[in-house]
Amino acid sequence: METNSNNFGELQELKDMATLAKLLARAPFLESQYYFRNRAVDSFRKFENDAAVMIQSWFRGCQVRAYMRHLNRVVTIIQKWWRSYLGRKFYQLVVEAAYYTMKMNLYNEMAVRIQRRWRGFRIRKYCFNYYYLKEYLRAVSETNDAIREALEEFAEMKEREERKVLLEREEKQKDYQARKMHYLLSTKQISGIYNSPFREHPDPWELRLQKAKPLGHQKYTAEKGKTSQSPSNWLACTSVHSFPQSESLPPISRKRCQGPFRDINEVLEQRYKPLEPTLRVAEPINHLRLAREAFKQEERMRNVQDKMFLPFSSYHKKEKYIPMIHSSSAYNSDSYGQKHFRSQDSKKWISDKDFQTVLPSFQLFSKYGKLYSKAGEIV
Amino acid sequence: MSQRQVLQVFEQYQKARTQFVQMVAELATRPQNIETLQNAGVMSLLRPLLLDVVPTIQQTAALALGRLANYNDDLAEAVVKGDILPQLVYSLAEQNRFYKKAAAFVLRAVGKHSPQLAQAIVDCGALDTLVICLEDFDPGVKEAAAWALGYIARHNTELSQAVVDAGAIPLLVLCIQEPEIALKRIAASALSDISKHSPELAQTVVDAGAIAHLAQMILNPDAKLKRQVLSALSQIAKHSVDLAEMVVEAEIFPVVLTCLKDKDEYVKKNACTLIREIAKHTPELSQLIVNAGGVAAVIDCIGSCKGNIRLPGIMMLGYVAAHSENLAMAVIISKGVPQLSICLSEEPEDHIKAAAAWALGQLGRHTPEHARAVAVTNTLPVLLSLYMSPESSEDLQLKSKKAIKNILQKCTYLPALEPFLYDAPPNILKHVVGQFSKVLPHDSKARRLFVTSGGLKKVQEIKAEPGSLLQEYINSINNCYPEEIVRYYSPGYSDTLLQRVDSYQPL
Repeated sequence: METNSNNFGELQELKDMATLAKLLARAPFLESQYYFRNRAVDSFRKFENDAAVMIQSWFRGCQVRAYMRHLNRVVTIIQKWWRSYLGRKFYQLVVEAAYYTMKMNLYNEMAVRIQRRWRGFRIRKYCFNYYYLKEYLRAVSETNDAIREALEEFAEMKEREERKVLLEREEKQKDYQARKMHYLLSTKQISGIYNSPFREHPDPWELRLQKAKPLGHQKYTAEKGKTSQSPSNWLACTSVHSFPQSESLPPISRKRCQGPFRDINEVLEQRYKPLEPTLRVAEPINHLRLAREAFKQEERMRNVQDKMFLPFSSYHKKEKYIPMIHSSSAYNSDSYGQKHFRSQDSKKWISDKDFQTVLPSFQLFSKYGKLYSKAGEIV
Repeated sequence: MSQRQVLQVFEQYQKARTQFVQMVAELATRPQNIETLQNAGVMSLLRPLLLDVVPTIQQTAALALGRLANYNDDLAEAVVKGDILPQLVYSLAEQNRFYKKAAAFVLRAVGKHSPQLAQAIVDCGALDTLVICLEDFDPGVKEAAAWALGYIARHNTELSQAVVDAGAIPLLVLCIQEPEIALKRIAASALSDISKHSPELAQTVVDAGAIAHLAQMILNPDAKLKRQVLSALSQIAKHSVDLAEMVVEAEIFPVVLTCLKDKDEYVKKNACTLIREIAKHTPELSQLIVNAGGVAAVIDCIGSCKGNIRLPGIMMLGYVAAHSENLAMAVIISKGVPQLSICLSEEPEDHIKAAAAWALGQLGRHTPEHARAVAVTNTLPVLLSLYMSPESSEDLQLKSKKAIKNILQKCTYLPALEPFLYDAPPNILKHVVGQFSKVLPHDSKARRLFVTSGGLKKVQEIKAEPGSLLQEYINSINNCYPEEIVRYYSPGYSDTLLQRVDSYQPL
């Protein structure tokens, strides 16, 4: 055993000597290798350090990014859930509001329908009758048309009247002219200027001249006197010159009048006034009876035969009249008290004619405006 | 000298005076001579002749004085200053009718020029004497006295009151009943002058029972009398509702309508004035006139006159239409609108145009139907041109602007509104666009027409401040149309399209 152990020891020493020899053999390399290892390692150290840093950083970055990604995912999920929760709440409110507005719109519409009907009914029943208004306007337009027609008629009528008056005036003037020129009438011997033989028909003036009555001198003054006043001025009718007067000139050999106090023409008129009988003297007192007789005479003159035409009813009256017994007896009622009231004795009468009813004319205004003095002209 | 020769001197003097005074009176009829007469000092020469012994000379001197004073107010003042009036008034009471006529003529001639001269006449106590003359038997004297009183009362209320206090009115009413036409005319004109100043005076005239007689005289054929009678009735009716009702109760309708067809222009004018004064008080009175067919008669009367004669008729239509919409509709169906638009375009005078514009405004302002009836006759452009033209007077511009505003606020007749989009000023444009914005949302045909006629384009071109009423209206109009059309018509659309063409890159 000891050998073994010595063997082992020797072996170990041999190993150690071998190692030492190896080591000594590598001893020169040791320096270089030691140097090399330290410097080279140093030179690689930075490079390797950098590389290691880069790898580490990259790895850490991936780690962190993975972590961030994870966090993001998680946060998204949280936010998503939270926001959906809020949205649902909000949506609930929106739905409620929309529902509410929908209901209110429906109610409003229904209410509008009701109000429309009610308002129409109320206005038509109580406030305003449309058909009545239409009727009224139609009636107004009809009245307008009627009034327009009536006014047109009125205007036409006035125009016609005016034209008529104008025509009448012209007629009168022409008539007067014709009367003045009556001597220009054509005779058998001499054809007047309006009836020249070279004309086919006589001039219308010729016919007028034929119809016209010649003008007399008195009528000339009377017409002139009459036409110078208008009938609306009654005072003018009573003026001195309104009644027809005969033109009498004062005598040639008269003396000059005294004093210029009054218009000389008036004075001369007064002095040489022709007789103007009053109404009382101008007519006879029984003029009514005379007029009646004159009228009857004229009728007798005009009548073809003297027998009057009898009415046809008198053909039937051929029967004789049979009076009543009461009235045909001699014993009648006395006419005293009914027909006369006084006793009359016909033998005492002077003449056989009765009193005449005479109505003389009275002169209240016969001298009005014709007196010479101007007193009392202010009536 | 013999007596005869002495008397001859006096005769010659009298002849000379008579001749002088007659010649002066004759010369005074011509206006050219009056200046010369005045320079020759005729007043101081005529004054002593008024006191002459011979009545003819007095009368002629008074006549000459009257003619001179009639000519102008300097001479009238000279008459007053020369203390002639008291003498005249004194002798007015005493002399015969020719002198009374001449003296009343002098008083009238002096009193007509100015209130001061009339006051001078009143101050010398002429009113009582004139009222006594009104009781005279001679109608000429009454006429002269009534004329003088009328001219005095014409100036102002105090003088009218003085005339009334002198007790003239019952006598004037009696004068109206006289048969002479000239006297009736003058008395009616005097009553008209008295009652025009105040309601109390008109009431006094009415209390004397004048209305019945005046109403009877409307039927008289004399034109000048009718003028005065109608003028008197209108002066009475204008003051208050009660007086107008009293005039109406005298049964003047429908007789007054025949006066609207009279040949005389002023009869027509006064008849229209009377109807206007009655119609303007209450709707009931206007209704009465409409029911009697008065509106048609007045419209025909407007058609047959020209110028100032038309003015009361136009105003009457405006008053009737102003009361209520039924009455306005009644005026419209009586064919009033075409006639008023003719007046508006034809008349040269501004105040008549202003009245016509006002009347049209009253007609069209009630409901859309009324506005349509006015707009259909194409009067709105005329009104607009009157408003815009610088030659119109301020009154005309104001009235046409108000009329346009009133009508536009109710007008839904779009063809009449379209021209307004183009040439209206901004304040009116606002209303026009507002009306469009009210009508277009509901009417599809109108929308189409609006686009095709170029209205939408014009609306887009209007510049409005955002937030103003105009902008809101424009927005509501734009909301009626799809966006493409609005964009198509908006200004500068062609530029934006071209820009897009420029920036487009073909593939």
